[in-house]
Amino acid sequence: MTDATVLDVSQDTRKSGRFLYVASVVFLCAWVIVPIYLLLINTLSSPEAVNSFPKSFIPEFDFGSLQFFAGFAGMLTALKNSVIVALMTMVMSIAIGAPAGYALSRFDFRGKELFRLLILLARAFPLPLLALPLAVMFIQTGLDDTAFGLALVHTTLAIPFAVLITFSLFSGIPIELEEAAWTLGCTRLTAFTKVVLPLILPGITASAIFAFVISWNEVFAAAVLTIENRTLTAFLLQNLDTSPLHLKFAGGFILVVPALIFIFAVRKYLFAMWGIANR
Amino acid sequence: MAEIQIKNVAKSFGAYQALNNINLTIADQEFMVLLGASGCGKSTLLRIIAGLETATSGEVWIGGKRIDHLSPKDRGIAMVFQNYAVFPHLTVFENIGFGLRMQKRPNDEVKRRVERVAGLMHIEMLLKRYSGELSGGQRQRVAVARALAMEPDVILMDEPLSNLDALLRMEMRAELKGVLAESKTTAIYVTHDQVEAMSMADRISVMHQGNIVQAASPIEVYRNPSARFVASFIGNPPMNFLPATPAGAGKWQVAGQTLDGPKADKPGLHFAIRPEDMQQAESGLVATAKIVEPLGAHLLVTCQIDEALFRVILDSDTVVKPGQTLTLAPQADRVRWFDPDTTLAVA
Ligand SMILES: Nc1ncnc2c1ncn2[C@@H]1O[C@H](COP(=O)(O)OP(=O)(O)OP(=O)(O)O)[C@@H](O)[C@H]1O
Ligand SMILES: [Mg+2]
Repeated sequence: MTDATVLDVSQDTRKSGRFLYVASVVFLCAWVIVPIYLLLINTLSSPEAVNSFPKSFIPEFDFGSLQFFAGFAGMLTALKNSVIVALMTMVMSIAIGAPAGYALSRFDFRGKELFRLLILLARAFPLPLLALPLAVMFIQTGLDDTAFGLALVHTTLAIPFAVLITFSLFSGIPIELEEAAWTLGCTRLTAFTKVVLPLILPGITASAIFAFVISWNEVFAAAVLTIENRTLTAFLLQNLDTSPLHLKFAGGFILVVPALIFIFAVRKYLFAMWGIANR
Repeated sequence: MAEIQIKNVAKSFGAYQALNNINLTIADQEFMVLLGASGCGKSTLLRIIAGLETATSGEVWIGGKRIDHLSPKDRGIAMVFQNYAVFPHLTVFENIGFGLRMQKRPNDEVKRRVERVAGLMHIEMLLKRYSGELSGGQRQRVAVARALAMEPDVILMDEPLSNLDALLRMEMRAELKGVLAESKTTAIYVTHDQVEAMSMADRISVMHQGNIVQAASPIEVYRNPSARFVASFIGNPPMNFLPATPAGAGKWQVAGQTLDGPKADKPGLHFAIRPEDMQQAESGLVATAKIVEPLGAHLLVTCQIDEALFRVILDSDTVVKPGQTLTLAPQADRVRWFDPDTTLAVA
């Protein structure tokens, strides 16, 4: 009898706990998914439907908005600029970040901990503070309004992540594998290319993609440092008050989707960076 | 010819002295085991020979050539690691052939040599697999095969069997010894397992706190330990020790008994004897049995003599009860003596 009540009570609490759990999951999912879904619907609707009310919750699969987006003067150039800057950022942040990650995981040197901290601090420094002096310096050196100049800034933003991700990748590869390669006739370099590189290539790709996304999404530096060669984010921002609603939706969609897909593809490595075991 | 000479090698990590002035010569084709407790510097010494660690001072010579300035690949060595270090992205075949590929050997030679060593290590049927698809024992075989395929002058092994279960370890021990003897390479084998050391070695170097205390054949190390550390490290259970006081020229008083001993002019010595070198007799050391452990093959009795614990191994038919008084006679030619100050053996 008492057993039964105890069981009931515990079942009750378990039930309500479970309800709370499910409710939070649903809420958090909705938090993320609903705006993206609205974005999707409005992008795939005709301009008229976007501007009318009430709205349908089923996309019409009308490409009018996207067509308008593609036809908008300067938009495709901005898209191209975005891709170029993001690609440059990707290459530079891996070229600089991966060796740093390797050094951090393989060598002991003075100030190693400080160095790791400084890498993170680079992210803590607010970009708006940097933007003005940077703009001045870029104008002096002729780097202003160039894809390369912007890519440089984006690279500094992406490097901390590149370093941390590659650091955790290299640390995951036992040093004995390299040592074995050395004893089997490899130099440091060939051991790296024949043993380490094949093993971390997927992770390097992931961290490259992440750098790409960081640059792709960045708007502040892009808006301040470019005028003619605007990236997509800066271009949309510039035209925010003048552009019609369906253009904003289409632009938002084009910006969000690649980022989402990429981040989803590399989520495993982002968890690795934060030291969370993943399944 | 691949004689290894280690001359005055020392290594410090910052303020910590991991190796003190090591001198050791290993003959061509000799199987040398470095034996010692954890942290005594065995791996450090091996890695200095391999070129994975740089000695703070000293020289390493292989086959009459000084090699301590060369990188690992130019030393004519191959190494087997404790955690195998089998490359996960390559098949077993490519793992074993890795070194040969680095030497740009023609395909048919690589194939021939890989298949030969795979046969020696009984892993012919695994050649197409990846290391993730192998058991620990199989990975170990791949690691050894990979080293053998190089046909090195010297093969270095750092606790290669320590990750295997007891049965497999015993099997691999015998097999490895056979394969290495056949391959005619000089071998240095690191272990902290004294049974492994005794059963495989031509010579054992017993290490302690960065020093080589004794380098001799297994039986010599067992019978004539050069220092008290060796006597208490080797043998299970280890040697027994009792204090001895002088009782005339060449006579020593041990637990109330007068025994023949060295003619040393010392205020005291330590008498030492292995547990199996004691027999029950009419006269001898008087001991009180404390713990009696029948181990099948023999009877292990832990007793007390004066204040000291003392272990003896008796025939398994002997009947001994705890509390019983035993009279134990040491076998005269097996008694050893140690100087309590220097801890070294006294003849
Ligand atoms: N890279 C290093 N930095 C600092 N100290 C080290 C380093 N490598 C080894 N040591 C120290 O040197 C000593 C000897 O280490 P070593 O690895 O040679 O021991 P070992 O005899 O192989 O022990 P084990 O049986 O546990 O493998 C240890 O005290 C260890 O802490
Ligand atoms: Mg070791």
